[in-house]
Amino acid sequence: MNPLPLVAVAGSPNAGKSALFNALTGARQKVGNYPGVTVERHSGRLTLADGRPVEMVDLPGAYSLEPASPDEAVTRDVLLGRQKGERQPDALVIVVDSSNLDNHLRFALQLIELGLPTIIALNMVDLAKRDGLELDPKTLEKLLGVPVVETIAVRRRGIAELQSALDDMLSAPFCGVHEPVESDLIHLQRRAREIATAAVVSETPVRRWTHRLDAVLLHPVIGPIILALIMFVMFQAVFAWSETPKSWIEDGIAWLSNQASAALPAGLVRSMIVDGAIAGVGAVITFLPQILVLFLFILLLEGTGYMVRAAFLMDRLMHGVGLSGRAFIPLLSSFACAVPGIMATRTIDDPKDRLTTILVAPLMTCSARLPVYTLIIAAFIPNTRLAWGVGLQGVVMFGLYITGIAGALLAALVLRRGVLKGGGGGFMMELPKYQWPPLKDVAIGILTRAEIFLKRAGTIILGTTIILWALASIPQAGPGQKQSDVSIAGKIGRAIETVVRPIGFNQDISMALLPAMAAREVAVSAIATVYSIDSPDQRAGATTLQDKLQHRWSLATALAFLAWFVFAPQCISTIAVTRRETNGWKWPLFMVSYLFVLAYCAAGLTYWTAVALGL
Amino acid sequence: MNAPFQPDATSLDLLKVGTKARVSAVDWASLDEAEACRLRHFGFDEGVTVQPLHLGPFGRDPIAIRVGRMTVAIRRRHAGAIHVQPIR
Repeated sequence: MNPLPLVAVAGSPNAGKSALFNALTGARQKVGNYPGVTVERHSGRLTLADGRPVEMVDLPGAYSLEPASPDEAVTRDVLLGRQKGERQPDALVIVVDSSNLDNHLRFALQLIELGLPTIIALNMVDLAKRDGLELDPKTLEKLLGVPVVETIAVRRRGIAELQSALDDMLSAPFCGVHEPVESDLIHLQRRAREIATAAVVSETPVRRWTHRLDAVLLHPVIGPIILALIMFVMFQAVFAWSETPKSWIEDGIAWLSNQASAALPAGLVRSMIVDGAIAGVGAVITFLPQILVLFLFILLLEGTGYMVRAAFLMDRLMHGVGLSGRAFIPLLSSFACAVPGIMATRTIDDPKDRLTTILVAPLMTCSARLPVYTLIIAAFIPNTRLAWGVGLQGVVMFGLYITGIAGALLAALVLRRGVLKGGGGGFMMELPKYQWPPLKDVAIGILTRAEIFLKRAGTIILGTTIILWALASIPQAGPGQKQSDVSIAGKIGRAIETVVRPIGFNQDISMALLPAMAAREVAVSAIATVYSIDSPDQRAGATTLQDKLQHRWSLATALAFLAWFVFAPQCISTIAVTRRETNGWKWPLFMVSYLFVLAYCAAGLTYWTAVALGL
Repeated sequence: MNAPFQPDATSLDLLKVGTKARVSAVDWASLDEAEACRLRHFGFDEGVTVQPLHLGPFGRDPIAIRVGRMTVAIRRRHAGAIHVQPIR
């Protein structure tokens, strides 16, 4: 049986390629990876009018077939049939931005030369009209020699026409691909400009929206203030907006826990389900709303085009520590999770800039630390109001974020002066037009994140929690003995404790540190499980966990624990993605060691200072 | 046609914000390969009209430049490699 015909969607960055891909394939998408490289492969299915299925693949945006980044290299290799794990496409949909034809037609011309059956999607015609630009698709069709379809991908306009053009094209016979003719960029660019000029019917100068917005958002004084405000609102919202859904989830888990306790006879099985699975996984799932709010902001900032402006505003400061403004986007994403953050460093062209960004990304306070921070702060920091709307707990949380950022900048500075000296100094980015991203696309993005998080909770976190439960429950303590003294986990904890006692960590923390290597938030579920086993009469709700912590930990220990989590590289996924992105074990090992050293020193300093101050 | 040395010839980093200019030459040799490639991707070329629009808030770096129909941001150092002739 022949495989499905493969249609590649290609185009320059900011042409609206992904929106068009979403419009064509809907939510039925698969996100994978090209083998050997760390470029994501987005594919989906489209059914033609006669019922024939077609496989669509969304290629990374590229300015030309001469790659200047790993993403662009994949695009070239797929188009030339050289990419491992991908067959050569049978047809192409080239997406171009109607209001930037001068530039986008250059890549389109290069692609048309390949000789594959090709359709041009003349995208964002609405934005071109808004800018006073009227184009004639027929002239364009004649000059380019391929069908041209007008589309507005974000509003799903012109999609049916595009589908029927695809239908016609895939029905026609087709003969082979040409190697690209030695194409001189400058020459192609000039031809692109000629064709673009010829296709213009009329052009009325209008004051463009993007210009008006940029005049404010990129203003040397107002711009940075707005950026700071947006960041502030974002972090406030992460807590404020998620409070209500969080309490629903907590109620749900408490109900589930009660139901399970009532239904099951007392014993090992009940302990495993109630104390292990429900207490452990439940403690982590309550943070789903916060993580989704954070991703909502990041997706909106990216989709509107503001994220690039933020990079523009921050470039000079980042340059000061040897990074570029481009690093701002991956580092900001790392506040949600270091894994997508590290993957986003692919857009950084300079290898040393990129490596530095990867190595400091785990210092950004990711959402997995939130459960840990929130728990400890709620238990140990009094909820005093310092000023109107500003509470002490919030200030401590903010301080932890700032410590992470300062640590990252300092680490970058040291790395760029030391092991990663030289090179760099580049910042070249296109500032795309502002636009409101289709809410459906934002929703798809958030749902994907929710799915990944819940999968993690259901697999890694559930798995490690149950293993920890087993280690913490076996062997069973006799009368008068404490379970955490007798169990295997207790013994492992005591061994680790000898190393971490100087920095104020007790045996409970030591027991939680090891499973927390799987993922930071496991620390919370691990502590919940350990205490739940130790006092089986109580339910492991968040409030009782707080109470237990208050009785068992000193304030100095709690603060040291927070300082530890600012720096400690406790996340298998981050280490794995670093290995993949740097093609070897050298840099992930380096990253893990320097972060552990930092974590140990920071926790130690915090503990000793706190003890000296009599806390 | 541009004469090679006109009195108000300057480089893109020295051009005042809002002033339109025509690129008279690009010193490709002073850029590394990837940087030169990227500038070509953005459409920098002799004869193209450019206009600085915004300067970064710290140290007036980077510079946002209108080139053709798109806006791009590049560092001051790279803008210095682009020689321009202001349009009056």
